[in-house]
Amino acid sequence: MAHGLTIEESPTTGDDEITNYTINFGPQHPAAHGVLRMVMELDGEIVERVDPHVGLLHRGTEKLIEHKTYLQALPYFDRLDYCSPLCQEHSYVLAIEKLLNLEVPIRAQYLRVLFAELTRMSNHFLNIGAHVMDVGAMTPNLWVFELREDCMNFFERASGARMHSAWFRPGGVHQDVPEKLLVDIGEWLDNRVPELFGDAMSLVMDNRIFKQRNVDIAVVSREDAIKWGFSGPLIRAAGVPWDLRKSQPYDVYDRMDFEIPVGTNSDCYDRFMVRVQEVYQSAKIIKQCLAEMPSGPIASDDRKVSPPKRGEMKQSMEALIHHFKLYTEGFHVPAGEVYVATESPKGEFGVYLVSDGSNKPYRCKIRPTAFSHLQAMDMMTKGHMLPDATAILGAIDVVFGECDR
Amino acid sequence: MSVLHSAPKFTRIDGLKDTLAGALGAMLVDVREEHGELLLTVHRDSIEDALRLLRDEHGYQQLMEIAGVDYPSRAERFEVVYMLLSLTKNSRIIVKVTAAEATPVPTVTTLWPNAGWLEREVFDLYGVVFAGNADLRRILTDYGFEGHPFRKDFPLTGYVELRYSEEEQRVVYEPVELAQDLRSFDFLSPWEGADYVLPGDEKADTPPVDEAKTTDSPKETGAGAKTDEKADEKVSAAAPAEEQTGKDRTPAPEPTEDRKDRPERKGDTKDTAAATQPKNKD
Repeated sequence: MAHGLTIEESPTTGDDEITNYTINFGPQHPAAHGVLRMVMELDGEIVERVDPHVGLLHRGTEKLIEHKTYLQALPYFDRLDYCSPLCQEHSYVLAIEKLLNLEVPIRAQYLRVLFAELTRMSNHFLNIGAHVMDVGAMTPNLWVFELREDCMNFFERASGARMHSAWFRPGGVHQDVPEKLLVDIGEWLDNRVPELFGDAMSLVMDNRIFKQRNVDIAVVSREDAIKWGFSGPLIRAAGVPWDLRKSQPYDVYDRMDFEIPVGTNSDCYDRFMVRVQEVYQSAKIIKQCLAEMPSGPIASDDRKVSPPKRGEMKQSMEALIHHFKLYTEGFHVPAGEVYVATESPKGEFGVYLVSDGSNKPYRCKIRPTAFSHLQAMDMMTKGHMLPDATAILGAIDVVFGECDR
Repeated sequence: MSVLHSAPKFTRIDGLKDTLAGALGAMLVDVREEHGELLLTVHRDSIEDALRLLRDEHGYQQLMEIAGVDYPSRAERFEVVYMLLSLTKNSRIIVKVTAAEATPVPTVTTLWPNAGWLEREVFDLYGVVFAGNADLRRILTDYGFEGHPFRKDFPLTGYVELRYSEEEQRVVYEPVELAQDLRSFDFLSPWEGADYVLPGDEKADTPPVDEAKTTDSPKETGAGAKTDEKADEKVSAAAPAEEQTGKDRTPAPEPTEDRKDRPERKGDTKDTAAATQPKNKD
């Protein structure tokens, strides 16, 4: 350099002002997991500010529910978080049962827990696969999708529908399951899940690239996680052993023996690993359900709430009247208000149900899991690189059907 | 009442109602325990202090949800409902304030950062204003949406619909046009709960009068004096009605019996049956 050599300079070097620029992430972006628009202010490739715009999938579900009877409103819950339909129904039917103070037969409680856990597995399969794909890996997603497909087949065999089951009903479940289905679920858990899921995760968990993209990304302190209203895998990844199935058990979760996986570092990798472990814990719960489930009725025998079966209806005048009244007028729920929250795969999914004593809910406020998590996106993404945003979103596990309602 | 349902069981703390009611003191309007939920109503202006007290002194660390509810018949039509969760005591409570369109509710974003979006949602859907929330934009509805859709007086169908216009190459908004009217079925039993008002029902509610209305003398009827023989007399010698009876009416049309026949068909063919038969294809 002393000999008069000059380094070739970029034409912009020496410009005094380098301004931040703003980009739109979404609303149509494969890594946005739906219709999320994020207005991002970038300094080079560093994210300075994120303003998530949600509501692009707002369908007014809560308003529609106010115009439907309690039973007619049930299928809307499948369509909120369409990756974990039965867990949403769970909150809603429990809220109705709490207002009615309705007893649910023990077999129905076991069936609900079994299928809620199967839903949790299927939700986590999807999220784990999508998260892995968001940061660049293809194969594991294809493998866990196989497992998800198996779950869908189980739902179909129980309810007739692969996704929108509408199978949980106030007072129990809609139909009993065939014995063979329970046997097949047991075999699937023993053979297929450990093999396929174990293989897929062995590709990811210790993978150098995966760790580079996730470890130490979006670290949220325990205090922040509580303050921001985190729940589910996100609060557990922050080291808080909080699980509504354990702390506020519903149905037969108090009889189940399972562990709550927690994270230590509270980064995207921990959130991922918490979900991986939850899959195994769910499998454990399902096995207990299969082993302990008694035989017996699968719906309440309170004919003012739970409709009679068709066979009974053909024989008994009383049953015919009940059937007609329940499917036209529906049942009346005593006036009052409850807030019932269950542990959905994504976190606390709550239903605030206000009844005025008629056959339609006066107000049904749905507490989505993603709302609080997504709100913290700005806090979590600030200072990280643009590609980290996809990893953070993947680890939040957001579905817009539920976030926007 | 014994608990039969299997909804989530959180810790029942003995005397929680009295403890919290005592702690809130003058801020409290009403406290109820229903269906296993503890509902505290506080004064609107002291909601921030009340929630701070509950968070710092009583361990309700998390704000899970803020819900709006609309009761149009009330003087202050909206309720803003805060769901609090204690992770340490494993307990949930519900705190409420009432509000009208013109009465802002103090924000609680000072206590919990996640209150920001929750308050935006209540503002968007109900039009409740939160004083001190620096970012009170709409959140769930469309950009440029007007009105607050979850109010009970907002129609389910809304006012506008949108489509992509090929001519204008953009999305256009138009008034809602339904091919079929929105039907709302009412299956309530008429003998329980339903309140149908039929035309004429208001007469049932007319209060009874002190004195029944009577017509004691003919003068009060307003019908005038009684008729006599004079009413039978003809007014004029040639009353028009009797003079013209059926005389110069238009006559009925002539019968059509001797109408001419249709002219003979020209041409050779008389039998047209063949034309109607399908042709043989050999």
